[in-house]
Amino acid sequence: MKPVHLLPLGLFVLIAAALAVGLTLKPRDIPSALIGKPVPAFALAPLHESESPFTDEDLKDGKARIVNVWASWCVPCVAEHPILTDLTAAGVSVYGINYKDKPEDARLFLRRLGDPFAKIGVDPDGRTSIEWGVYGVPETFVVSGDGVIVYKTISALTRETVNSEILPLLKELNGGAE
Amino acid sequence: MLGSVPEIGHYALTLALGMAILAASLPMIGAARGDRRLIALSGPLTFGQLFFIGIAFASLTYSFVVSDFSVLTVAMNSHSAKPMLYKISGVWGNHEGSLLLWAFILALFASAVALFGSGLPAAFRARVLSVQAAIGVGFLLFMLLTSNPFDRLDPPPLDGNGLNPLLQDPGLAFHPPILYLGYVGFSIAFSFAIAALIEGKVTPAWARWVRPWTLTAWSFLTAGIALGSWWAYYELGWGGWWFWDPVENASFMPWLAGTALLHSVLVVEKRGAMKSWTILLAIMAFSLSLLGTFLVRSGVLTSVHAFAVDPARGVFILGFLALVIGGSLTLFAMRAHKLQPGGFFQPISREGALVFNNLILVTAVATVFFGTLYPLFLDALTGEKISVGAPYFKATFVPLMMPLILAMAIGPMMAWKRADLAGVLGRLKLAAGLTFIVVIIAAWQVTGGMTMALVGVALGTWLAAGVIGDLAGRIKLFRVPLGTSLRRAVGLPRNQWGVTLAHLGMAVAILGMTGAESWTTERLVVVREGEVVELAGYEFRFDGAEPVAGPNYTALRGHFSVFRDGELVTRLAPEDRTYANPRMQTTEAAIHSLFLGDLYAVIGDPDGSGGWSARLYIKPLVSWMWAGAGLMVFGGMLSISARRVRRKHSVRAGQPSPSAQAAE
Repeated sequence: MKPVHLLPLGLFVLIAAALAVGLTLKPRDIPSALIGKPVPAFALAPLHESESPFTDEDLKDGKARIVNVWASWCVPCVAEHPILTDLTAAGVSVYGINYKDKPEDARLFLRRLGDPFAKIGVDPDGRTSIEWGVYGVPETFVVSGDGVIVYKTISALTRETVNSEILPLLKELNGGAE
Repeated sequence: MLGSVPEIGHYALTLALGMAILAASLPMIGAARGDRRLIALSGPLTFGQLFFIGIAFASLTYSFVVSDFSVLTVAMNSHSAKPMLYKISGVWGNHEGSLLLWAFILALFASAVALFGSGLPAAFRARVLSVQAAIGVGFLLFMLLTSNPFDRLDPPPLDGNGLNPLLQDPGLAFHPPILYLGYVGFSIAFSFAIAALIEGKVTPAWARWVRPWTLTAWSFLTAGIALGSWWAYYELGWGGWWFWDPVENASFMPWLAGTALLHSVLVVEKRGAMKSWTILLAIMAFSLSLLGTFLVRSGVLTSVHAFAVDPARGVFILGFLALVIGGSLTLFAMRAHKLQPGGFFQPISREGALVFNNLILVTAVATVFFGTLYPLFLDALTGEKISVGAPYFKATFVPLMMPLILAMAIGPMMAWKRADLAGVLGRLKLAAGLTFIVVIIAAWQVTGGMTMALVGVALGTWLAAGVIGDLAGRIKLFRVPLGTSLRRAVGLPRNQWGVTLAHLGMAVAILGMTGAESWTTERLVVVREGEVVELAGYEFRFDGAEPVAGPNYTALRGHFSVFRDGELVTRLAPEDRTYANPRMQTTEAAIHSLFLGDLYAVIGDPDGSGGWSARLYIKPLVSWMWAGAGLMVFGGMLSISARRVRRKHSVRAGQPSPSAQAAE
């Protein structure tokens, strides 16, 4: 056996160990450090010019809702879009944070796919999103009526997550009525 | 009877697993003991696996075709109103079905080796097929334990969830099977490598056997990647074609490793050198193919594509990966010293050029690998979350390719063993001059300091000129009468044409990428009927919009007439589609490809007062990218066909034909 022939195996073991650690972290289930904490103070310009800015005060009106962080350049955002549309149709209040996007691209995206958001704030440099603990799009938060983040999920929403986790949570937060 | 088709499929899958376990063990033991009866089981067991996996695949296809929504996979991914093409492509448009397709193709390749491998020593072939079957055991177990495609749903829903309309596209319907033919094709090179390690020898005959299989896998992978990129270009509606997304990288890494393998196998075949390196590349190409499946299917990386997220499955795949890659690399560490190093060569030689090619390609693999997995490592070590995007890859990968492309024009002109670099460079004077002139013209035509664009043009032109110069040299163009040159061209070995076309395809693709990246012009406008929009010398006249109905969607279709200097070039009819199930809007861009560029139009919504939003692009040279990929695939296929002819020939001659030495 020549030592040089052990090199590939050694490299692989290192990579596999890192992968194993990464995998056991289960990226989807990482509890956000922000869960249970009030939403950070923020004020975002509206995407649609006629609307008022989106601020943390909007999330403290007594109604629990979903805040979805999205961008027009993100493919899973396209995939989860019908789910958001259905949520809005079912009476859920969905607010959006448009992440690192060009406003005209974002508006075109919504014109093409429909606009499920009751309110959208523009976060062109992602600074507000960082305070929310966002590291990619899409991410979805459930915020209680007094402005506390109670739930977070990353990557595209699935009907399964919505039905088994998000909807029951919203129902509970809104006192059984939606 | 027909109601229990899914159970038949499930049962067949279980039987296939049993067959695979037998095929992975008995012939392997037979080869070790020299037991002919056990070795002889290899062929029938291989065909048996294909037969049973084929039945399972047919069962699932049947369930999709008749829309049997009591099958979970069908209910989740299909819909009764979907066109037949997409019902069928729905079979592999999901996690479970795509694994079944993987296993089916694996069995298909194994059977091809059993069928066409009569020239191989029986014990060696048995070992190859046993390794192949062992991989199959992993996939079948994975399916039966974590991702059974035949799970039932009770009570069945009235209708299915439908397939994401973005995926309802002819380009994407065939993208996964072609990509998988590429991924799984590398399993053959892998199985040959493992069998060679077990036997402790790598011969030129081994390389002659591995090369066509590697070429096949490489050609399919090239086609698959190009198809995926083409789909992104016309379906996503913003004209991008490569995003350095982890899923794209996952298919790109085996391609890079496979390209390196293709070239190093050549050295083993012609000169008997670089043996253990070639074995390592074969292991690497297939490991990266497995990793490609792993990255997409486990959700380890939160990617813009990673729809399938399920850590439990990931744990299985990680264990499987550790076994396959760790096992093969352990075997490599134990046995590689047995491989006798072969012919020696000077640094300046064809071999030297191929070593250079390999070093750069492997570095490129490492670069892409690092960029793709770095976020995961960082996460594992520090918990910090970052994403690595296109800027990293543009800053690292692109400069790495420059010396490779420069050398690509030189390498094929070098002689084996020892080459005359000065002589070769002398022959490239014309190519250098031509490159210089084209760059000057490009710099003059295009304003602004677009250094990268000029570098791209320079590399593309240099390579194309180098390849054509090499061809001209081989057929003695302008040095003998034209008729003689033509006869020489026809007489060139087919694999020489393969090399020429594949390298030329690369040059064409580079020019296409350069044009698309650097010279695209775009306008976002609101147009009214009859209005004319000017863009890069073309006039787009909007002729109105109308509603149209498709099989499972309704659409708004806009009409544009495009003029150049007052003459009609083409009419474009982009659509804005609304699908019923699942409810979703998609953009169907209208694209007209001209030799020098694409006209690309996207229609949006009305503004309510007679105007329509629209997006218009001129994308110079973009179709050259796919034309280049097509040339590469054609070159690969040509080379494969040449090898079969030669093998028949050499079998007749009873020994390797000396004429083969002249090629490549």
